[in-house]
Amino acid sequence: MSLQDIDRRNGESVTTAAREADPPAVTTLRRKDLLGIADLSAPEITLILDTAEAMKEVATRPIKKVPALRGKTVVNLFFEPSTRTRTSFEIAEKRLSADTLNIAIGTSSVVKGETLADTALNLEAMAPDMIVLRHSSSGAGHLLSRICRSGIINAGDGTHEHPTQALLDAFTIRERKGRLSGLKVAIIGDLLHSRVLRSNIQLLTKMGADVWVSGPPTLIPAGMRDFGVTATANVDEAVADADVIMLLRIQLERMEGAYFPSQREYFNVFGMTTNRLRLARPDVIIMHPGPMNRGVEIASEVADGPYSVILDQVANGVAVRMAVLYLLAGGVDHEEAA
Amino acid sequence: MKKLLRGGRLVDPRNGIDGTYDVLIDGDRIARVGRDIPADGATVVEIPPGLVVCPGLIDMHVHLREPGQEHKETVATGTASAVAGGFTAVACMPNTVPVNDNANVTTLILSKAAEAALARVYPIGAVSKGSKGELLADIAELRQAGCVAISDDGHPVATALLMRRALEYAGMFDIPLIEHCEDPTLKGDGVAHEGFHASVLGLRGIPGAAEALGVERGVLLAELTGSKLHIAHMSARASIRAVRKGKEAGVRVTCEVAPHHFTLTDEALGAPIAYDTNTKMNPPLREVADRDAMIAGIADGTVDAIATDHAPHHYDEKQVEFDRAPFGIVGLETAVSLTFDRLLHTGLVRLPRIVELLSSNPAQILKIPGGTLAAGTQADITILAPDLKVRVDARSFRSRSRNTPFDGWELRGGVAATIVGGRTVFTNAEAGLTNV
Repeated sequence: MSLQDIDRRNGESVTTAAREADPPAVTTLRRKDLLGIADLSAPEITLILDTAEAMKEVATRPIKKVPALRGKTVVNLFFEPSTRTRTSFEIAEKRLSADTLNIAIGTSSVVKGETLADTALNLEAMAPDMIVLRHSSSGAGHLLSRICRSGIINAGDGTHEHPTQALLDAFTIRERKGRLSGLKVAIIGDLLHSRVLRSNIQLLTKMGADVWVSGPPTLIPAGMRDFGVTATANVDEAVADADVIMLLRIQLERMEGAYFPSQREYFNVFGMTTNRLRLARPDVIIMHPGPMNRGVEIASEVADGPYSVILDQVANGVAVRMAVLYLLAGGVDHEEAA
Repeated sequence: MKKLLRGGRLVDPRNGIDGTYDVLIDGDRIARVGRDIPADGATVVEIPPGLVVCPGLIDMHVHLREPGQEHKETVATGTASAVAGGFTAVACMPNTVPVNDNANVTTLILSKAAEAALARVYPIGAVSKGSKGELLADIAELRQAGCVAISDDGHPVATALLMRRALEYAGMFDIPLIEHCEDPTLKGDGVAHEGFHASVLGLRGIPGAAEALGVERGVLLAELTGSKLHIAHMSARASIRAVRKGKEAGVRVTCEVAPHHFTLTDEALGAPIAYDTNTKMNPPLREVADRDAMIAGIADGTVDAIATDHAPHHYDEKQVEFDRAPFGIVGLETAVSLTFDRLLHTGLVRLPRIVELLSSNPAQILKIPGGTLAAGTQADITILAPDLKVRVDARSFRSRSRNTPFDGWELRGGVAATIVGGRTVFTNAEAGLTNV
């Protein structure tokens, strides 16, 4: 299937109003939630990435603030520890002039045994406009979205999705390569437990990239072929002529589940070294969603080397999250006006 | 008091009957089955064309939750649900609180059932004390008190050795051990069938092999001991294969399949409602090839019974994150409709075979009365409406719980009336039968 076909097919899910505009472009996200890349069409993904470009410019201004979300309340509801994602969302919200509130596990009533549904209903009673949710259970955002009128942004749910991470990854790739379609992207590491993987393969395949995934067979999810990607335990095959290499964090406690024998063996077989990097295209970029295990999935020379765009990913995260918040809030206004 | 069911299609596979017959009920017994039985003072119930009179349906795998979890279900609400679903008898699993591992609990369940006076209740006792997998429960005492089988359902019998001993010991009563087949290490902390759909949704997988390993173990131990083994709620194609091989080798093994496992696949995890906790059960909804193998096993005779694994859970318990939700769905009030819609009207299974699966075979496996309509037997009769259009409405369930993935489904086939011991305990006004 060509990229045009993918665009056309995905475009069908876009509303009539949007299609009557200049196809296949869309101008709003006509939805209240962003639960996963699975829900987005290719034109919607493009819209978010284009909007993020405009948002990125805000960070270069002396006063890094626009009034887009003034008067809107955004709750960052984090049931899992997170530094990068929570900070990134909070900066994005503040740059859009939203009123933000952070709720982290330990300060919430969850420790008192309250259910997620009750926590959500109580928050809902205070009428926030959006809830940014990080939770250890896959589908927690779906549960919240069925209960709440507030828009739900999934900031990582279990091993399901982490859509804003995939969007910022795509933004970073597009920034460097000028496109997503036709690129060979190799994603390597703990595929089984990675929400970043699931969001990225859905986004990249929708946008026409050639996606390869690799890792120990114990950490490759069932039914990978049906995702439209090539799965291999041979890392060199995945890396060969890659335009983009994305490394996923190996959680060291996985050794206890007998997923792999040791850090040393993992690094020897699957680690990204400067030697292995030579198999990729000369202009390859190296990505990592963080936090990194240096010397396990990635050698320090690679992480700190010239191909690495790892810190660009972090910088772009703010712009992409601003775009998502802005577009979802705009979608709400649009519906109210109609 | 006599009642004559006149002119219905009577299906009684054990007696080789499938035709237009009358049934005369006298008190709690069937007095006569035959053609053109004179009314002779009996109340005449004309059975409209299209309805089917058959031996009362028996669900050999339900959870009534009493004692201990009455917020989910009680013996009274569970048996009300049973008769509304066409079941005149149910066998209830011992994983109550406390576990049914002694005569006191068995007696309590039976007295609650007598009080409710709806469906007959046949308790299943625990294999091990507290179902903990360590010491054998007092199986003779359980048998004496009225248990018809033993099981540690919810979990497999903990070790092969304990299972061997239980099979040997229960062998002296010739009651079956009903095994929940599962290798606990392979199941791990899985919550859904291991496959594409669980992978997309980021749900921890349970491979079919986890179940089939348990089936293989069970079949081998049944062969070793010569005792009766019944495999509960099969879902994996490799399990069907193992049972088929065991039967061919002459092992005394029987098995059951639940309606959700011949109806749904793991695709239901993601749509129409993503992460609907009413698609979470153990064993999980499996992939198409497994679902098709269940249907093939039902059609070719490998599967002996359709049993619901009716597992009521309170709304609050299911309204949580998918991985935290309890396993299980209610099944008593949808089983007949699903069986007709998916097996009969698709042409895969004929009506007499359905009556075997839902009545005659469970009676035979548990060695309980029923499963036939011979003169002199207790008058447990279900009148089925195979062509009735049914719209599943969970809010109208008699069960205390509503955890079903089938809410709103439109199905062809339902229940017209349920008669237990000559007493009509359920009639469905929509089926066109009035004065039963």
